[in-house]
Amino acid sequence: MTEQPMPDTLSGHAVVTDERPTWRDGKRYLWLLGTVVPLFLFAGWGLVNATGLGLFWWIGPIVVYVMIPTLDLVIGDDRSNAPEDVVAWLERDRYYRWVTYLFLPCQFAALFTGFWLMTRQGGLPVIDKLGIATTLGMLNGIAINTAHELGHKKEHLERWFARIALAPCGYGHFFIEHNRGHHVRVATPDDPASSRFGEAFWAFWPRTVVGSVRNGWRLEKTRLRRMDKGTWTLRNDVLSAWAMTAVLWAALIVLFGVGIVPYLLLQAVLAFSLLEAVNYLEHYGLRRQQLPNGRFERVTPRHSWNNNHVTTNLFLYHLQRHSDHHANPTRRYQALRHFEDSPQLPAGYAAMILLAYVPPLWRRVMDKRVLAHYGGDVTLANIDPRKRDKLLAKFAPPADAAHASAA
Amino acid sequence: MMYRCEVCDYAYDEAVGEPHEGFPPGTPWTAVPDDWCCPDCGVREKVDFVPAEGGSA
Repeated sequence: MTEQPMPDTLSGHAVVTDERPTWRDGKRYLWLLGTVVPLFLFAGWGLVNATGLGLFWWIGPIVVYVMIPTLDLVIGDDRSNAPEDVVAWLERDRYYRWVTYLFLPCQFAALFTGFWLMTRQGGLPVIDKLGIATTLGMLNGIAINTAHELGHKKEHLERWFARIALAPCGYGHFFIEHNRGHHVRVATPDDPASSRFGEAFWAFWPRTVVGSVRNGWRLEKTRLRRMDKGTWTLRNDVLSAWAMTAVLWAALIVLFGVGIVPYLLLQAVLAFSLLEAVNYLEHYGLRRQQLPNGRFERVTPRHSWNNNHVTTNLFLYHLQRHSDHHANPTRRYQALRHFEDSPQLPAGYAAMILLAYVPPLWRRVMDKRVLAHYGGDVTLANIDPRKRDKLLAKFAPPADAAHASAA
Repeated sequence: MMYRCEVCDYAYDEAVGEPHEGFPPGTPWTAVPDDWCCPDCGVREKVDFVPAEGGSA
């Protein structure tokens, strides 16, 4: 196999024109849905007051696992792309940046209000506290997606905002590992954040959580060594991000008491586990083939799972247009494109997360899709090495089909 | 000499270096390791960069 240059349409270089286009972005104001996600906590509080039902403290999981998948089913797909000659203008329109910046005050308002609600007037019953902590976990998990959008940008301010959004869940190393680790090694056996064919979510979870910390640390250690600096310094971006978490958590504990610690930890674990569930969907079983020189082929649209369900796309800033994101990581969310030749998931990320939690169901839905993507040749997939023999026996490729579909 | 990432608009300028990445101003391109990836997009590594305007092949 030879390394093919990407077609021009895949390039991240937009056609530059200063004319205001006549084209109108149908999603322009709908993107604000993503901005106000953290305010669902306040909606939950209102519903608890209106109905007397503590159930609504659980509004975070209700939104993520029930409301969004349902709306995806009802509203369906949007495959439209912005015309290429509008993209430069679309990327420069600062409105879209403010949509992501304003997420942060919403996020921190929800965080402090959540812990205040838990502890005020002698505190809520444990079950209600668990509900609020779970809701905060969902909101801070979605915040990782906002941080992801911000952290890929070249502007210093946006990169700082990314770190702030990651502070509540203590996942600041994601900003380092994702950009310089995951993106470089995506869809290869070396990437802890690319799930493998046959790998259950529950096996992927410890591999990616531990692997991400380890890689983030290693990347910073290497960078600091080049600067003749030690690793244990605040110049270490992983350490400084964790320090930001330590300060924030200390402030919360001072304000609301040491009793919040279990709930603080719970929301953090739920938040980064939501991110890792999304990581699990994004590249399941997909593999860049190795070239004769030992390098992996360049990442193409064939190496990410996509979806065009519009509700999840609005709440996640087009994260599901994942192939274009990996081809052009600095491209802003409003300009990300759908590609016809990219692998498509049967449902939005929100519904697919639920499936991922139940590995036999996930395998039933997804394994055949991975196999079809590789024309029946399982050897082209990124196979879980622990299950390799079993999977090769189960999905033995027809002798004449082997390697026919690699290109 | 400048070397441009094929994917995004990032360019490594030898005169400016990339201090945050541990390459102070004046660091020649030859001193940058082959597996160093584009600090902006992370898609391409040093060996994929192309000499930019004013550079030679």
